[in-house]
Parts: sequence; structure tokens; C-alpha cells
Amino acid sequence: MTALTDDTLPITPRAMRDEMIVFVIMALALAAVPWTGIYPFFVMQALCFALLACAFNLLIGYGGLLSFGHAMFLGTAGYCSAHALKVWGLPPELGILVGTAAAAALGVVTGFISIRRQGIYFSMITLALSQLLYFIYLQTPFTHGEDGIQGIPQGHLFGFIDLSKPTTLYYVVLVGFLAGFLLIYRTINSPFGEVLKSIRENEQRAISLGYKTDHYKLLAYILSGTLAGFAGSLKVFVAQNASLTDVHWSMSGEIVLMTLVGGLGTVFGPVVGAFVIIAMQQYLAGFGQWVTVIQGVIFVSCVLLFRRGLVGELAHLLRRSL
Amino acid sequence: MQALYAQLLVGLINGSFYALLSLGLAVIFGMLNIINFAHGALYMMGAFCAYFLLNLTGLGYWPALIIAPIIVGIFGMILERTMLQWLTGLDHLYGLLLTFGIALIVQGVFQNYFGSSGLPYAIPDELKGGMNLGFMFLPVYRGWVVVFSLVVCFATWFLIERTRLGAYLRAATENPTLVRAFGINVPRMITLTYGLGVGLAALAGVLSAPINQVRPLMGADLIIVVFAVVVIGGMGSIMGSIITGFALGVIEGLTKYFYPEASNTVVFVLMVLVLLVKPTGLTGRAA
Repeated sequence: MTALTDDTLPITPRAMRDEMIVFVIMALALAAVPWTGIYPFFVMQALCFALLACAFNLLIGYGGLLSFGHAMFLGTAGYCSAHALKVWGLPPELGILVGTAAAAALGVVTGFISIRRQGIYFSMITLALSQLLYFIYLQTPFTHGEDGIQGIPQGHLFGFIDLSKPTTLYYVVLVGFLAGFLLIYRTINSPFGEVLKSIRENEQRAISLGYKTDHYKLLAYILSGTLAGFAGSLKVFVAQNASLTDVHWSMSGEIVLMTLVGGLGTVFGPVVGAFVIIAMQQYLAGFGQWVTVIQGVIFVSCVLLFRRGLVGELAHLLRRSL
Repeated sequence: MQALYAQLLVGLINGSFYALLSLGLAVIFGMLNIINFAHGALYMMGAFCAYFLLNLTGLGYWPALIIAPIIVGIFGMILERTMLQWLTGLDHLYGLLLTFGIALIVQGVFQNYFGSSGLPYAIPDELKGGMNLGFMFLPVYRGWVVVFSLVVCFATWFLIERTRLGAYLRAATENPTLVRAFGINVPRMITLTYGLGVGLAALAGVLSAPINQVRPLMGADLIIVVFAVVVIGGMGSIMGSIITGFALGVIEGLTKYFYPEASNTVVFVLMVLVLLVKPTGLTGRAA
């Protein structure tokens, strides 16, 4: 069986340097967005999804685990943050903390269950678990069912940063995204990340070398879920609502699609993928269900024609690690 | 007690769909090493085929029961020949992603033309009405669905476990290269297997058309439940799929009677419990 990502270049100083250069360019470009006249709401939304896709990518690209239920972290963190902000009246920093902690707890529970099976079964289990959560959220009163939690106050971060100003909110979301991105980048280049990659390549051999692979996979799963939850909490401030669409299986599918389009197991792929897919949804919003069809076509063509994704193909072309 | 029996019957009917769908998934997984995410969409296509046959050509339920699975089966075989076969040798996950994309395309196209509401499909005249069994009133059509599904399930079991063709199939699942060396056209068998699995899904779709109405998304949520069924039962044995399918349908029906709030979630909760107790599934071999 061939691995999911065929270009497993060793971590060289050159690769690190390339990646850091691209990171700085990306950060500067994103920081300049408010002066370009680009609709900041669109970029903020894309940044939340980019972080979400990066968190998802940590699991599939570096651990070889395809989670088909990552929307459950997005939705759970969203609901919990929204509830904490609106009903409990907590300040934004605590609201984010509540949502992220809820996602982390969910990661512990669902990880403990789903890590018991590998490969294809893992995907089906995560999908089923997220569907279980969907039905729970549909019925529990605090989520307000089909209406969702609406009109969430944005408040003042740390008491003095006014999040109701679009530009201020933009920079807060950007800082959150960059912090999450760097944490993931640090993780995949750490000894922990190396073990994770060895599990992806050959789990039996990793076991025979004495690694407790289940522990590593569970930790990666929890970390991925927590960061996905962090993205979900940030998204609450952007969208100012939390609804069932964020927990639905189609959302999980979109997260997979973003990462696939950008490139599984690439550092920057999920970010590019998230921007591409969010932009596509924005521009094709008037076409109704054809968006679903187009997403399906992208899925099919990605799998059949360019499995490396946009960034993966570019990296392959340039013989660089991106 | 009437209500309990009624829910048990609903459970048995849902169980028949679970059994037919998870059976198809298991057969396909055995040969192609692909979890067919498009199974729900193809089930929906089966129901729509029956609807079109009735409204465009005037062919009723009985011809549809044979023609719809054949049409959808051929569609499936075209999918296999044009797309799925290119995934041989790649990670299983690509099969899941590809078939998920196919499901999105099929469901999206149908949603564009038919919206999300249901289209009615009448119960055939021969199966209208009901019987009084003394302890409950049995609508004939519902009884027919359960009996007919059982027959189809066991026919499939017989085909795979007891005939020469089935022996080839099982052998090719174990070791395709060796079977090819004996002069058997394995790629063609793979295509036919996919067609068979998809045909079973379409058949379930036709059976459900008069009960559940014909909707573009009728298979979308169902397939996730069927995945849970497959995780519980394991895909190692045909009989295991059939029994697990029916058993879970019945349990779901009982839940609807005793604790309706949990009827949507009971299968998933059971999946969690099974994973905690016996991670390989009830009949499954270690994956």
C-alpha cells in the first residue's frame, strides 16, 4: 500500500528555511489585507477554516488518520463559546477558553473510542460519532435546535480590545490563526511529529521499535481536535452565530476537501485549500446546489488527477518542501 | 402493545434496509477494498429510477423492482470502470474520498432538479391494505418488504457462500493474483461485484420508495447509520452483516417505543459500546 503523501522529504535546514520564508510572506500578506480593500469578513472566515484544515491535516497528513467527523470540534467549540459569551456573559478570552476546552474534552472521549480501529474504520467511526453529536445538539435546548445561537456579543478582549471593530477583530483572528499554525508546525517538526510520521509510514515497525503508537495517535487526535475547536471559537466572533450546519457531516466533508485541494501532508496546503474553497462558495453562492456538485467534481478530480493537491504539486515541481 | 408491535415492524423494515446496504458494502469492500460512500446516493437513485419508470414509461412497481437495480447497477459498473479501478494499489482512504465526491455530485444534481421535498410513490395495488393478525394490524406492503429483503439477503448469502461463482469471488478477495493465474478474469469480476453491491442498494431504494417517499437526500443520513452498522458487525462475514442489520433495526424500533428521544442515536451509542468492549466488531477479524 502506498502512503498518502509520497514526497516525504527529510527535514533539512533548507526545507526549514524555505518554509519559514513562505511563512513570513504569508503573515505579511495577511497582515496587509485591511489596506487592500478586500472584504475582511471573507478573509477572517477563510482564516478560521484554514486553521481548522491545518488541525485536520495534522491528523491525516502526519498521522495517516482520516477523520470524517472534524465538524464535531468546530460545532462543539462554537456552541460552547457562544453559550459562554451570550448566556453566561463571559469576556471573549474566557469564551474562547471554554470552547477550546470543550473541544479538547471531546477529543479525549472520542479519541479514546475511535483510535481503537484503524484506516477505513477510523473514518467511519469518527463520522458516526459526529452524527451522534449532531442529533444530540439537535435535541438539547441550549443549542436552540434549528435556529442556533444568534446575536452573540463580541465584547472587549482582555477588557480593552474592541472586537466589534472589523479591523481589530481581523488582527485578533489573524494572530490566533498564526499562533495555531506555528504550534502545528512546531509539532510536526518535533520528535513527537517524527514518531507520528513513522506510524503513518509503517505502524507495525513503529510498534516493534517500542513506541506505544496508540498513545501517540490519541495525543495527535486530541491536539488536532483542540486546535479545530480553537478555530471554531474564533469563528463565533466572526459569524456571530453557532448553528447546526457547523456540526453537519457536510461540514466535515468540506474540511476534508479543503485539505485535499491544498495537499495532504503539506505545511501550507490546508491554508491555500481553505481560501480556494471559501472563495468558491462565496462566488458561486447564487448557484444553489450546484456548489455541492462542483465540490463533488473537485473531490473526484483531486483523487484521480492530482492527489498531491495544489501546494503538493507545486512543491513537487520545485523539488522543495512547502 | 399495538404501538410496540408497530414500532417493531418499522424496526424490521429499517433493519432490512440496513441489511441490504451493509451487505452491499461488505461485498464491495471484500473485492475492491473500497468503502463505498456513494452507497446512499445509489440507494436514492434506485428509488428515483422506480419513480421515473412509473411516471415516464408507465412501468409500475413490479418491473421497477427488476429494472431499477439493473439500471443503477450498470451505472455503478460504469463508475467502477471509469474511476474506481484507477485506485487499485492506493491507500483505502482515496476510495472513500472518491466515492464521497461521487455521492455529492449525484445528490447535488438530484437536489437541483427535485429540491429537498419528497415525491410520492404509490403502493402497488396487489400489496395495498392490511391483515389483522389478532395481536396487531399488519400493512401488507410492510410485511412484504421484510420478507422479500430476507429472501434477497439469503439469496446473496447463498450466491457467495455456496456457488462456484461465489467461490471464485471469495478466492479473489483473498488473493486476486493467484486467482488470475488460474485464468479467471478478475477485473471483470470486480466490476460485476461492484454492480451487484450497487444493485442491492438500488433494490433497497425501490423497496423504500412507497414507505419513505422519494427524496434526493434519502440516502445521505442513512449511509452514516449503515457505516455504524458495519463498524458494529464487522465486514468479515456476509451472514454477520445480515444479522447485525436486522438486529439493529429491531433495537432501533424498540427504542422508538420505550425512549423515542434516543431513537436517532441508539445505533451510534451501540457502536461506541461495541468498540469499547470488542474493538474488532462482533463478527469482524482484526483489520
